[in-house]
Parts: sequence; structure tokens; C-alpha cells
Amino acid sequence: MQALPTAASARAHARPPKVVGWLLLAPLLVWLAAFVVLPLLVLLVYSFCQRDDLGRVVFSFTWENYERVFSPLYLRILGRSIGYAGLTTIICLVIGFPVAWFIARQTPARRNRLLLLVMIPFWTNFLIRTYAWIVILKGEGLLNALLQYGRIIAEPIELLYTPFAVLTGLVYAYLPFMILPIYVSAEKVDGSLVEAAHDLGAGPLRAFSSVIIPLTQPGILAGVLLVFVPAIGMFAITDLMGGAQVPLIGNVIQNQFLRARNWPFGAALGVVFTLLFVVTYALAQRRRRRHA
Amino acid sequence: MNPMIDVRAVTKRFGSFAAVDEVSLQIRAGEFLTLLGPSGCGKTTLLRLISGFEQPDAGAIWIAGEDVTGRPPYRRNVNQVFQSYALFPHLTVRENIAFGLRMQKVPAVEAGRRIDEVMELVALTGFEERRPAELSGGQRQRVALARAIVPRPAVLLLDEPLSALDAKLRKAMQLELKQLQRRLGMTFVFVTHDQEEALTMSDRIAVFDRGRIEQLGTAADIYHRPQTAFVADFVGEANVLRATVSARQGERIDLILPGGFVVSANAGIVPPQARKVTLSIRPEKICLTADRTDARGAVPARVEEIVFQGATSRLVLVAGADLRLVALVANESSLRSALAVGDSVACALHPEDLVVVGWE
Repeated sequence: MQALPTAASARAHARPPKVVGWLLLAPLLVWLAAFVVLPLLVLLVYSFCQRDDLGRVVFSFTWENYERVFSPLYLRILGRSIGYAGLTTIICLVIGFPVAWFIARQTPARRNRLLLLVMIPFWTNFLIRTYAWIVILKGEGLLNALLQYGRIIAEPIELLYTPFAVLTGLVYAYLPFMILPIYVSAEKVDGSLVEAAHDLGAGPLRAFSSVIIPLTQPGILAGVLLVFVPAIGMFAITDLMGGAQVPLIGNVIQNQFLRARNWPFGAALGVVFTLLFVVTYALAQRRRRRHA
Repeated sequence: MNPMIDVRAVTKRFGSFAAVDEVSLQIRAGEFLTLLGPSGCGKTTLLRLISGFEQPDAGAIWIAGEDVTGRPPYRRNVNQVFQSYALFPHLTVRENIAFGLRMQKVPAVEAGRRIDEVMELVALTGFEERRPAELSGGQRQRVALARAIVPRPAVLLLDEPLSALDAKLRKAMQLELKQLQRRLGMTFVFVTHDQEEALTMSDRIAVFDRGRIEQLGTAADIYHRPQTAFVADFVGEANVLRATVSARQGERIDLILPGGFVVSANAGIVPPQARKVTLSIRPEKICLTADRTDARGAVPARVEEIVFQGATSRLVLVAGADLRLVALVANESSLRSALAVGDSVACALHPEDLVVVGWE
């Protein structure tokens, strides 16, 4: 009988009581509730509401907003957003993977220096970086001047406000989000594993597909998620570099809230959009779990 | 007969440092050859030159009658067992072993049969579906071995494969490896810094130092007839002594050790022009007698230290300011029970046990 309280107190020492744990978590939970859960609930409620002629939200139930979301016009915009985000993700992967692998294979001191180079652009404000691209791409901009100077083109070609400009901007903005997680995975891959693959007769391509890719898969999945999901909703780059010529879903939502003042419809778009993220994320997670 | 591996005057530099310095080495088919040397001596670099992970700056490497210099590892008929084993963590034991056969596009039925065979050979049957992380060190070692031999390479290269195992398992694996090599009749090139391991397993040993082969020979050759002071000292324990050549008397030659002690050696082992020689004698070859005798070839000495080593004791003997000897004595012997620190003994150095490892 004496032993029981002793065992209980030992356990209490090993693990802090539950109250302390919750108290430590409290700031995070409050933050999540106030800035994530609550706004999402507001969004959900608004998405089933109507608006009056002045743009005020009227609390009477309707499916109308969702019907509009799934109309051909908005589905096309959503499809286009997914297309741009997908293309951005693929380009980031193709450029980012070799960079990440290369950095991971360097000596530790060089690795840190190269990673710094990847991250330095982040120290500059996002808008300033985007405006810098406008200076490069515009009609009388740097790139055109260079091409003309090199006599590759005779007249300035239109680069800005094209799908090309939007893609350039998106890839530029999200590339580090692809490089960093892949780097983390690649850095953990023991170089002798690649050597073992070569030793057993695998050429560069086979070693890449059967050893390097599987071992860096967690990083690749994380990178794809980190690029694809925010790229669907990006509106600033499409606004500035696409000149609103190729509206994506992010621009439409922004417009509904700020210009059209149709909050319920904007909310419906937002809800569908959020669900899209959740589904993408769940699929990626399932893939990762199956891999493990 | 043509050698299985022919290393022809190969040099490999890292910066200005020659890791392998104009090394030539012929390895026979079916032989167990060990590259032995201290860390940084170039033995692993030579192995990597043979496997193709490094390319030589000068010289050529032939494998099975073909010049493979410049060929990448995946176009060479050799396989390697890595020091870290380098098992693919994302594949099961069976998939790991199957990797080489998959690359060779061996038909599934034949591959399956060969994998079953090799798994039985290395006693891994039943572990097919495990991941490397779920295996013990010894089991991982066997998987690495099985994976490397199942594609039937002309040569198996082993880079210190036993260094991560504990002493007892290492001893057992040494014998198993040797038996496996005999059964397969495969050429093994084994890299180690452990001289005992080299002596146990090898048909021939190449002792490396500073990018060069110091001596190439059978285990007995290397042990009993070292050609340089480095080999004498690195392989087993040796008393390396400097001596001055005194007088030749037919078959015998008198050598004067530091402190003025005179020992006899066979005249045949001392070059005619030599004035000074470096001698080597193994500790177990020094014959001790408890009574002092001033006979020829017996050096009087005092026991300074006795170290118990299990079956034997290691004795440090002082025969003067410039002459210290190490001797081994069996622990069960009457001599050992009669000796204590501080005692005087006579050390007999027999002519046939003295080896000349240098001269000037």
C-alpha cells in the first residue's frame, strides 16, 4: 500500500501535470482561435448570406454564392489558377532540386554560405523585389535593352503583363520554398549510398530514380506543398506583373472583397479555396505516410 | 596466368599530396589480398581507384584483362562492401540484395533463386522483409556482403568491413569471410588497418605506408621476414635495434648492439657493404634465462615491467641506457613464475631470428 503513492509521485515528476501543459499551449491556442478558427467561421457564415445594394451582408440563407462559384466562368479561373500553380511548382522543382542537391553535397562551411545566398533576397521587401522584376521586364527595361544591344531582337518585345511575366514572378517568389526542404532531405543522404548504387551497376539516371529520389521524397513533397498551395492564391504578383490580364483566383477573391464589395460571394470562393488546400494537403500526407 | 587486377604505376594526388604514389600491384584470380596500413596511408584510395570512385592522375588499371582506366564504377565488374555498409534504408533486405541483379536485368526467376541462395549462404534466411534499420550490426554486415557478391563480380572489394563490429563478432566474421572466399573462389581485396585481421585472413598482404607499398608477400613472409623497419613495427610487435657490423667469420657475422653487446647473425642476411644495420626481432623470439650468462648472443638485462596479457606476459627489459627489449613469456611456464620486477635475466637473440630491415 505504501508503494502506490510513491509510484504516482514519480510519474508526476517525469511528466508535468496536464494543467501546466495547457497553460504553456494557451498563447498558441488563443492565437489560433482568434486569427484562424474565428475568421474561418465568419467566412463560412458569410458564404451562405446575401448582400444588399450597398454591399452590406444580409443574414438570410442562400446557396446562390456557391452556385456562382461552380459556374463555368469561375471554374475556369480556378482551373487556370491551379494550372499556373502547378506549372510554377514543376519549374521550381526542376530548378530547385539540382540546386538543393548541389548545396547539400558541399563541405559544411560552403553549404552555409550557399544557403545564405538562397535566403538573402528575403531580406528585401517582397513588393520591392517584384517591382525590380517590372524594371527588368518592361518594354524599355533591362532585358529588352540587353537583347537589343546584343542584336538578338530589333524591336522591344512585350514581356511584362504576359503569362510569362506572371510565371517568372511566381517561380522567383517561391523557389526558395522548394530549395530549402529538399536541401534538408538531401543533406541527410549518405554519399556512400549513391556510390553503392553506382557500384552495383546503376548509371546516373538509375541511381537518381531508384536511390536519390526515394531518399529525398519527404523534402520534395514538403517543397511541392509549400510552393503549390500558396501559389494558387497569390494575387500581388499577378496584379503587378500580369497587369490583371490573366486573373487568377486570388485576384478574384481580392476584387470581391475590396472592389465589388460582394463579401458573401468572396467568402464562398474563400471556403472552396480553403477546402482545396485541405484536400491537397491530406493527399500529400497520405502519400508520405504510405512511404514511411 | 594473367592477373585479375593489374595496377600499373598508378598515382593519385589530392592537391599536392600523393595519396597513392606510383603503385604497381598484381592481384591473382581467386586470391585473398589485403591492403594493410595505418590510416591515411593510401590503401582506401587504391581501393577506390580499383572500384572506379576515383580516377588515377597517372598509370592504368586493368581488371580481368581489360583496361578499365577512366571507366565509371557502374561499368566495372567489381563490387564493394562499404565501411558504413551503405545499405539502402528505403529498401528491404531482399530489395537491397536484388539491387545489383535488377541493374543487370537478370530475369526474375533466376534472380529470385540467386537471392535465396546468397541469403542462405550468409545465414539471413527469414530476414527478407526487414529494413536495414531493424537489423543488428552483424546482420547489416551480412546484407552488405550478400548484396555485393550476388551479381557475381570478378573481384569483391572490402573497405574495412569489420571495423564497426565488436571484438568477438569480428573474430567470427574473419573466419566466415575467409571460408566464404574459398567457397566462392572469388578474388577478394580487403582493406584494413588491423594487422591481426590481415594475418588471419590473407593469402598475401600488401603493407602500405605514405602512398607506397612497403612490402608484398604472404602473411608468414611479412611477419617473419619484414623488409623494412616500418613493416616490422607495424605488423606485430618488433624490437627494432641499431647495430654496427664488426667481424665476419664465415657463416656468422658479429654485430655490436648499443651498450657494446655482441650478437651473431647469419652472414647471408647482411649486405657485404653494410657498416651499420637495423635489426628486427619478435618479442616471442627472445629467449630468457633467469641465470646470468655472458655467453655470445646473450644480453644481460633487468626486468623493468611485467604486463599480464592472458596467455602470455609482456616483459620490458632494460639492458643499458640505449637498449630496451620487449619479450613475451608464457604465463604457465616455470620461468614466468620465477621472475619478478627488478630481476636480472639473460636474453638470448638467436641468429636465425634476427632480420635485417635496413642498412647503410
